[in-house]
Amino acid sequence: MFRNQYDTDVTTWSPAGRLHQVEYAMEAVKQGSAAIGLRSKTHVVLATVNKASSELLSHQKKLFKIDNHIGIAMAGLTADGRVLSRYMRSECINHNFVYESPLPVGRLVVQVADKAQVCTQRSWKRPYGVGLLVAGTDETGPHLYQNCPSGNYFEYQAFAIGSRSQAAKTYLERKYETFMGCTKDELIRHALYAVKESLQEEELTSSNCGLALVGIDEKFEILDPKKLQAYIDSMEDATKEEAAPTEEQPPHVAAGALLTRESSGGVEVPADGDGPSPMET
Amino acid sequence: MAMMMPPRMNPSDSASGPKQHQSWSPYDNNGGTCVAIAGSDYCVLAADTRMSTGFSILTRDYSKIFQISDQCALASSGFQADIRALQKNLDARHQTYQHQHNKQMSCPAMAQLLSNTLYYKRFFPYYAFNVLGGLDDQGKGCVYSYDAVGSYERVGYAAQGSGMQLIIPVLDNQLKSASPLVLPKRESATPLSESEAVDLVKDTFASAAERDIYTGDGVEIIVINAQGVQKHYMELKKD
Repeated sequence: MFRNQYDTDVTTWSPAGRLHQVEYAMEAVKQGSAAIGLRSKTHVVLATVNKASSELLSHQKKLFKIDNHIGIAMAGLTADGRVLSRYMRSECINHNFVYESPLPVGRLVVQVADKAQVCTQRSWKRPYGVGLLVAGTDETGPHLYQNCPSGNYFEYQAFAIGSRSQAAKTYLERKYETFMGCTKDELIRHALYAVKESLQEEELTSSNCGLALVGIDEKFEILDPKKLQAYIDSMEDATKEEAAPTEEQPPHVAAGALLTRESSGGVEVPADGDGPSPMET
Repeated sequence: MAMMMPPRMNPSDSASGPKQHQSWSPYDNNGGTCVAIAGSDYCVLAADTRMSTGFSILTRDYSKIFQISDQCALASSGFQADIRALQKNLDARHQTYQHQHNKQMSCPAMAQLLSNTLYYKRFFPYYAFNVLGGLDDQGKGCVYSYDAVGSYERVGYAAQGSGMQLIIPVLDNQLKSASPLVLPKRESATPLSESEAVDLVKDTFASAAERDIYTGDGVEIIVINAQGVQKHYMELKKD
């Protein structure tokens, strides 16, 4: 109820102890088209929904290679994401120059998070409006992290951000226990199924999704459309039981209703007003 | 360790006798020789593997060749610490280029970048005598020869380092048409075949190793062509 009075400045607290500008920035992430990440013992896969607002428009780039061992998928203000990826690339190159070894993923994620935090505590700045899924491998194996505009970062087995990400998250929650043992191809198929959930009634083709993966002995690579289409085609050959539950859902269900229905597994439904804010753990 | 300066002779001191004054130098010369030859569809780069300081050998097995991209390699003789720093610098710049342009740098673009990088340190130069070799945008062999501060020229063949004065006359003689001294000026590549060029390079190094004390131990040869990069190695005299 007091949101409007305390949401002008990022440096103004609300009486409920929240920074509304930062939460609004996280809202921008939720409005962006979905990005999904999942990992196994050997690989991490990133997948994105590429929605073009008109047929004349080409799809936005949401997958970026940061270094041979790190890549990101973004959701939200992709322009902010490009700036962050330039910073991340620069940090990786500098680290490599000084230490002649790849920058561990977790360290890079913390640096990005600290950079994002600065924008939440300066009156002349605004928070980054982009959420990143950072996939990478280092000495401790493959990792998947999420970076928030709030300056928080989290490590995940599997996660999805952006619009209609809840549908993908539900799929991931159902299947994530099997991910660790998956082969590369199985992991990619799981990612594509998750993307399919986010696309709902639309057909999955290589032109409305993107996929990238990185592995312990494999450099980060964004799959070209041909390879991607081959994986999509192989999905149809695989068992149909994964596809069945989604077909039972009514096609034009409102996003809100979907959220409440799946709230048993869902997290981070932002309440208007009191209650723990999405930024706090 | 940087080499100790020998006592300098100061002409104005002829009355009082020469001043003896030791001083520290930030540079050292680790010796060695580099050669490159450009062919119609290949490029051969070679460098000996001896690293010296003063009259001593530091190691018989040091590579002076650095592969910057799939199409381009850099062979440098001089002060290896500066050379290593230069290689890392170019590598970092190349990585940034790849991120921004989604492709590798062409050899002519790398040639310009190297020149600019060297001139950037015009007043504290990289003690590096470079030969850059690779394939140009048309797939023809190209070789670029540099001085320590970035002055460069595309040539049909080049040699740098302690053995260059012994090797260049031989290459001038054997690769007549590709010589940069022939007018009208053209960046011609040699009509020699790849294997002939490699054999020529091996012969030149064997000859240089006879007379130049800083050249020897072994020669590392790389050939860049449409099929990629192939490496060869030949032993040289160890004395």
